[in-house]
Amino acid sequence: MVPHNCLLEVRNLKKYFPVRKGVFKRTVGSVKAVDDINLHIRAGETLGLVGESGCGKTTAGWTILQMLKPTSGEVIFRSRRLAQPGEEYKELNVVAASRKELKNLRRDMQIIFQDPYSSLNPRMTVGAIVGEPLFAHKVAQGAELKDRVEKLLLSVGLKSNHMNRFPHEFSGGQRQRIMIARALSLGPQIIIADEPISALDVSIQAQVLNLLIDLQREFSLTYLFIAHDLSAVRHISNRVAVMYLGKIVEVAETDELFLNPKHPYTEALISAVPVPNPHYKGGRIRLEGDVPSPLNPPSGCYFHPRCRYAKNLCRSQTPIQQEMGKGHYVICHRAESLSLQPIWTG
Amino acid sequence: MALLEVKNLKTYFHIEAGIVRAVDGVTFTIEKEKTLGVVGESGCGKSITARAIMGLIEQPPGRIEGGEILFQRNGKVIDLVKLNPKGKEMRSIRGNEIAMIFQEPMTSLNPVYTIGNQIVEAIVLHQHLSKKEARNKAIAMLEAVGIPSPERRVDEYPHQLSGGMRQRAMIAMALSCRPALLIADEPTTALDVTIQSQVLDLMNELRAEFKTSIMFITHDLGVIAHMADNVIVMYLGRIVESATVVDIFDNPRHPYTQGLLNSIPSFTVSRKKRLVPIEGIVPDPIGAREGCGFEPRCPKAQEICRSRVPGLTEIEPNHFAACWLCV
Repeated sequence: MVPHNCLLEVRNLKKYFPVRKGVFKRTVGSVKAVDDINLHIRAGETLGLVGESGCGKTTAGWTILQMLKPTSGEVIFRSRRLAQPGEEYKELNVVAASRKELKNLRRDMQIIFQDPYSSLNPRMTVGAIVGEPLFAHKVAQGAELKDRVEKLLLSVGLKSNHMNRFPHEFSGGQRQRIMIARALSLGPQIIIADEPISALDVSIQAQVLNLLIDLQREFSLTYLFIAHDLSAVRHISNRVAVMYLGKIVEVAETDELFLNPKHPYTEALISAVPVPNPHYKGGRIRLEGDVPSPLNPPSGCYFHPRCRYAKNLCRSQTPIQQEMGKGHYVICHRAESLSLQPIWTG
Repeated sequence: MALLEVKNLKTYFHIEAGIVRAVDGVTFTIEKEKTLGVVGESGCGKSITARAIMGLIEQPPGRIEGGEILFQRNGKVIDLVKLNPKGKEMRSIRGNEIAMIFQEPMTSLNPVYTIGNQIVEAIVLHQHLSKKEARNKAIAMLEAVGIPSPERRVDEYPHQLSGGMRQRAMIAMALSCRPALLIADEPTTALDVTIQSQVLDLMNELRAEFKTSIMFITHDLGVIAHMADNVIVMYLGRIVESATVVDIFDNPRHPYTQGLLNSIPSFTVSRKKRLVPIEGIVPDPIGAREGCGFEPRCPKAQEICRSRVPGLTEIEPNHFAACWLCV
């Protein structure tokens, strides 16, 4: 199941948010934002995590990094940096790590946020922002710190004299480069990129996508690329996982997922993406209704109220994950009997 | 003749730092029952053009410096620029004959009134129906835009509806007076793809049913390909290319249009192919520019591009581009 070059493994991860009501704030229910997900990310690959708003993809990313404490489950990280002599890596459960261990682990695991306008401190210079992780982890200081910040800025396509400027002097794309430089500063093994391009203008998105691809090669990085833009995810990812209402309903190699989807939600999602080609007259699958409330999810398969292939079984029984070919996992009762529509490739 | 004809429209903003030429000499037409797609990135002037047509430019700091907006109304042609934006005639056109839907349905609906109240207000104001008739019409409109159990939803507040439902309610309100022109400013940008595809299909169905023309503003080329009959591409307050939707995608002539099309990842492009981004950033819009606005980022720029502004020229039948390389 889990390949030998796996860098990060997520086992039965759950994040429930309690819903409280009344004077005594009794817990009356819970929002199952991340509901028992299993994932592995191989060293050096990009795993795309897609889904619509509210599906739990951001919560999944934050829970993996322990920015949110998971309700239960494990996140196994294989740190090469912390390996003892003679070992290839050291295996650590991030969820059970102590504060001190966690701080140390953060050098290996970094994040890039969606909105480069609100995630940079407006009162800090770019040099201070990019250098802060190095300082906090006592990696470098003084002239060496300045030197390393300069190199980082150059590697993301900024200039070294940008160091003394403030975030407001930069455009959205440049700010996202500052964020990337900061994430790179400690030489991490994995970066979780949470919608890194969706706040940017179309002509700038390609610049940042190309930068991420180049940096991955240069520093042998591993990415968890969280996004709702399926075209961008297809472009950058080696494998893609599709999330719906807190569950990963399908995961496969990128081409396999887009050309041979096995879950009806994946089929609907990829057919809903507007194709930038006026000759496209393909059949778009229209999903009726909205995503149901995660506070009160439907019975059986969570997708059944919107699924055009749903049968009685789907309404009553929760489907379990099955493997459809190598590395292609899907949670659907009818996966074997359905033949679904792939993307239109022109 | 066309439903709306915009000629050499200029809208400037006079701010402390200088003059922002948000819309700087824009000319286009919208045909009856057709959809005009307006593409461009943030700051290109696409929303300001729409607001100028609606008479919604805040003055000051904004000012329409010149040009005409010719709107065909009951067989007569009137220039909307000449009307007082707060006057009786403009108010009888706005919301009645030209309606608009905005990007954020949550901020453009009033949170303290029910959906029904807000639709009824528009109907009573413009169509002179009684409250009761207007309410029935509001329910019928909500049904037309596919809101389930409209008799119940009509008394709900905006926060009780999901994002897709709110945008449907906005569309219902905009179409309640059967406008001749509907301006949609990034109407689906805040929505998820599956909801976006519902709303786009709905707009196409309603366009046919209500015989409305649509001015569809978006930065998403996929949405343009799906919705538009004709397309204008804007950059820094000017139109750089204008053509039919097929010509824009199959035979783009302006380097900016070409750049946009090459920079987007798409299902029809191989995954292995590296994206070709447009280098640089959109320059500061303050102040006057000599030469073509795209010149600093243009891979094909020449000497003349730096000194003289290219005009929008017909390079093929019904295909216009503002570029010295195309002349």
